[in-house]
Amino acid sequence: MEFLAGTYDIIVAGAGHAGCEAALAAARMGMKTLVVAHNLDAVALMACNPAIGGTSKGHLVREVDALGGEMGQNIDKTFIQIRMLNTGKGPAVHSLRAQADKKRYQAEMKLTLENQENLMLCQGEVTEIRTRNGRVSAVKLDTGEIYQCRSVVLATGVYMKSRIIIGEYSVNSGPNGLFPANKLSENLKDLGFRLQRFKTGTPARVNRRSLDFSKMIIQPGDRAVPPFSFMNGPIEREQVPCWLTYTNERTHQIIRDNLHRSPLYSGRMEGVGARYCPSIEDKVVRFHEKESHQIFIEPEGLGTNEMYVQGLSSSLPVEIQMAVYHTIPGMENVEIMRPAYAIEYDCIDSTQLKLSLESRHIEGLFFAGQINGSSGYEEAAAQGIIAGINAVQLVRQEEPLILDRSDAYIGVLIDDLVTKGTPEPYRMMTSRAEYRLLLRQDNADMRLTETGYRLGLASEKRYRKVCTKLETVQRELERLGSLTISPSDRVNKYLKQKNSSALKSGISLADLLKRPEISFSDIIRLGELEDELKPEIQEQLEIQIKYEGYISKQLRQVEQFKKMEKMRIPPDIDYRDIAGLKLESVQKLKKLQPENIGQASRISGVSPADISVLMVYLEKRRREKKSDEA
Amino acid sequence: MALDDTIAALATPPGEGGISVIRLSGPESLRIAGSLFINGRKQKQKQFKDRYFHYGFIRDKENNIVDEVLLVYMKAPRTYTREDVVEIHCHGGMIPVRRITELVLEEGARLALPGEFTKRAFLNGRIDLAQAEAVMDLISSKSEEAARASVGQMEGVLSEKIRTAREDLLGLLAHIEVTVDYPEEDIEDMMAGRVKERVNDIRRECRMLLESAHQGRLVREGIKTVIIGKPNVGKSSLLNALVRENRAIVTDIPGTTRDVIEEYVNIRGVLVRILDTAGIRETMDQVEKIGVERSKELTREADLILILLDASNPLEKEDREILDWLKDRKVLILLNKTDRPPAVSEEDIRCITDKRVIKTSMLDGTGLDQVEDFIYDLVYSGGLGSRSTVMITNNRHKQALIRADQHLAEALKALDASMPLDMVSIDIRNAWEAMGEITGESLTENLVDRIFAEFCLGK
Repeated sequence: MEFLAGTYDIIVAGAGHAGCEAALAAARMGMKTLVVAHNLDAVALMACNPAIGGTSKGHLVREVDALGGEMGQNIDKTFIQIRMLNTGKGPAVHSLRAQADKKRYQAEMKLTLENQENLMLCQGEVTEIRTRNGRVSAVKLDTGEIYQCRSVVLATGVYMKSRIIIGEYSVNSGPNGLFPANKLSENLKDLGFRLQRFKTGTPARVNRRSLDFSKMIIQPGDRAVPPFSFMNGPIEREQVPCWLTYTNERTHQIIRDNLHRSPLYSGRMEGVGARYCPSIEDKVVRFHEKESHQIFIEPEGLGTNEMYVQGLSSSLPVEIQMAVYHTIPGMENVEIMRPAYAIEYDCIDSTQLKLSLESRHIEGLFFAGQINGSSGYEEAAAQGIIAGINAVQLVRQEEPLILDRSDAYIGVLIDDLVTKGTPEPYRMMTSRAEYRLLLRQDNADMRLTETGYRLGLASEKRYRKVCTKLETVQRELERLGSLTISPSDRVNKYLKQKNSSALKSGISLADLLKRPEISFSDIIRLGELEDELKPEIQEQLEIQIKYEGYISKQLRQVEQFKKMEKMRIPPDIDYRDIAGLKLESVQKLKKLQPENIGQASRISGVSPADISVLMVYLEKRRREKKSDEA
Repeated sequence: MALDDTIAALATPPGEGGISVIRLSGPESLRIAGSLFINGRKQKQKQFKDRYFHYGFIRDKENNIVDEVLLVYMKAPRTYTREDVVEIHCHGGMIPVRRITELVLEEGARLALPGEFTKRAFLNGRIDLAQAEAVMDLISSKSEEAARASVGQMEGVLSEKIRTAREDLLGLLAHIEVTVDYPEEDIEDMMAGRVKERVNDIRRECRMLLESAHQGRLVREGIKTVIIGKPNVGKSSLLNALVRENRAIVTDIPGTTRDVIEEYVNIRGVLVRILDTAGIRETMDQVEKIGVERSKELTREADLILILLDASNPLEKEDREILDWLKDRKVLILLNKTDRPPAVSEEDIRCITDKRVIKTSMLDGTGLDQVEDFIYDLVYSGGLGSRSTVMITNNRHKQALIRADQHLAEALKALDASMPLDMVSIDIRNAWEAMGEITGESLTENLVDRIFAEFCLGK
């Protein structure tokens, strides 16, 4: 029986990584918020790898943090190993990655939600979205509760019609024996959404006590790296290592001999899998010339002996999995605690969304995370915080927050999903970010915190902190540009030690720092400056001075890019009216309803000529309107 | 697509007019003009009085005079586009126009997209509202034309070479990027030295292609087309009709066209070099004889041979000989003078040869469109050997190469300054994009595809 169970401003369905950020953002922005989760023991569940961050994903975490989100803080509380990847490369691609204690990660996040003012957490399954006049009005749970609301964020992850497949065996289930959500996808279809079916997978978890680490290579964490959250200082914590081992010809032979038992190759699977996340059988088939593949053994937490076997994701029958795992050095006697599996699920075609992550045809209905066809905890959190913010903005009747491709990785992620759609689970990569030199993980606060603060999400303390950082960096840049250093025996002797050429005349400290072999600490010594600057300030100065050429090159590109992004396309435009557009383009533009000229130009098949025609049309419309008004 | 950079293009119809005008519009116009122009006394000139003709020369970087020109500078906003405009009036003809356009692009201008001057004029409020539809039509029709041409040129050898260079760049990028995005996979790191080597290789290829364009090999040669036929069958009239200029002498007396006449025509973007031979007839006349020998020689080197037959007179022994003699060559048969009572039908010719036959009349222009279609199709369907197709270069290709070369030079500079590879990849990306066609293809999708196709990655 149905009954009215309550009224909220915003309802979030799902309490995974997207749902948590959406709910916290909404509640922190002052909205009465309800989170409905299928199972409260699965809040912030890390259903696959036990790590947060990594290349480009680390950037996303820092951006979420800079806006006032929770993921960075939560991983800082619960990491058991942390590393900065790519330190041998340029600063734009340095990426933080941490191994999480999974259970503690979940517990801390759940507690944060529970303690959050304005936020209510309840267990249940959302099976129906109710609308009135094309606008969200309520959700219905399977158990009969009706909750009225003004906005809904759907962040239901991989649970819609999910099916787990292990060899010949399959069962309708979510990850880890959790219930699937079988009704919501039908409801979404009824509401007019196009769905897709995707596939992903996870490797087995094995017992640490059954592994022989003496046959593996140890992978320790880094000592001195900054934590994820800009609010945290250095964290001293004992860390646990990961381990590296390899597959071999015997492993591959067993896989080849049993391919017919893989649901991927026997056609028992319909979902589209991601190329960046292939199962071991995919790797062996597609890259058959490769003699061995890397396997990383990662701890799942401090309170368990379960270990995650990265690199051995599979959908082969358990029997074969056992044989395969036993061929690997250090795993001869391995005990599989949870077998690897593939999972298929429904998600929506993300081109049905606006850049705000709101549905284009149902007002107040937002989508975030894997339901949009993305993959990864960080990608989910990034969408979650934006969907949460924009659900609030809609209730407040204010402009949505749209980060573009030059503002943040979040902008790249959402623009890709919404403008291009994705034919496979979408993973963030630094290569996808055109302006990545500007979108560094070290300056996410400088890029985004002010925005988060103005929205009422980032705290006053956070905002003050970044203001000070910005001011100090500016002041010090000017100082280094004005302080000159003259050639002297002391200076030139020092430079010689650094394999740097001697000075012949005076030069500013900034110019000296541009030399690749000279670091900021050299500048401090050479310029006899006091070493009072914080490491994060030194880092900014060094990056901004050393890479000034490239930074200004990208800034010029961004300037052009922004001009196109700022040219808004009114929502009531009828593309059929525009003489000179190609028919194909009319159809695509009609379908995707881009919000500005820049977005229109990124739709595949829309040519520069179409964009020119569209610009002329918009100008014509503007002038006609102006003359009508006059 | 940038909105307010400096664009350039030929403003007069392409072809062999007396004068051609190359127009620049945008903030850099004046600087570019100043860097290429020297005045009548061969001195540098950087300042130009607004709205005056300035007499002088355009010279290249090595100080060689490219052409004698008149240059007009029109200061914003009182111009067609409301931006700074410079017009360079040079001699008509392919070579000065191409060379000057090239120099302008090297100095930083971008080749204007179809209809772009007019678009800017409209967006900047220069053209009134009533003409908006016309502007949109202009953009779309011109773009279609350009697209058709570029589709054809995709078949060309030059585009093929650019495409290969572009693929190389993508491969290089994929390798740099995969180590950035997957630092823990056991993929060998790209070393700066190796990147430098590969960038150098690709740049060398770019420069070679550009060089060959500079030397004019690509530009000047065109598709070598020879017109042969008996005296007075209409060879010169055909040439004139194609050239739309009366340079060859046309009379009713057989044998007037004694030596070879050479003309360039632009058939829908295809540069065609037409040679009109003396009529083929065994003759005692010494002058004629040299002409006949010469025409036999010319057909030996021709890419395409147009054989003219007289439809109003029965086929003679000579006609059959010509057809037989050229049976293994790329030949188009024109059955001319169809305005007169016919003595030969298409079927009569089909009995002798399976070559394509087009009925023409030089009096009323019948069949000329078909002849042009045939030449165009022949080139774009790759029916000619590579020797000819490499010649159908155009300014877009050149722009692509010039820009790519500049970006690659920057990449090398950055490598020498020990910049990290993930930054050098910005220049390589730019080079890849510069080499692209005007279709606005996305790099990241291509790059991501390439990464996953080439490397084994995953969890």
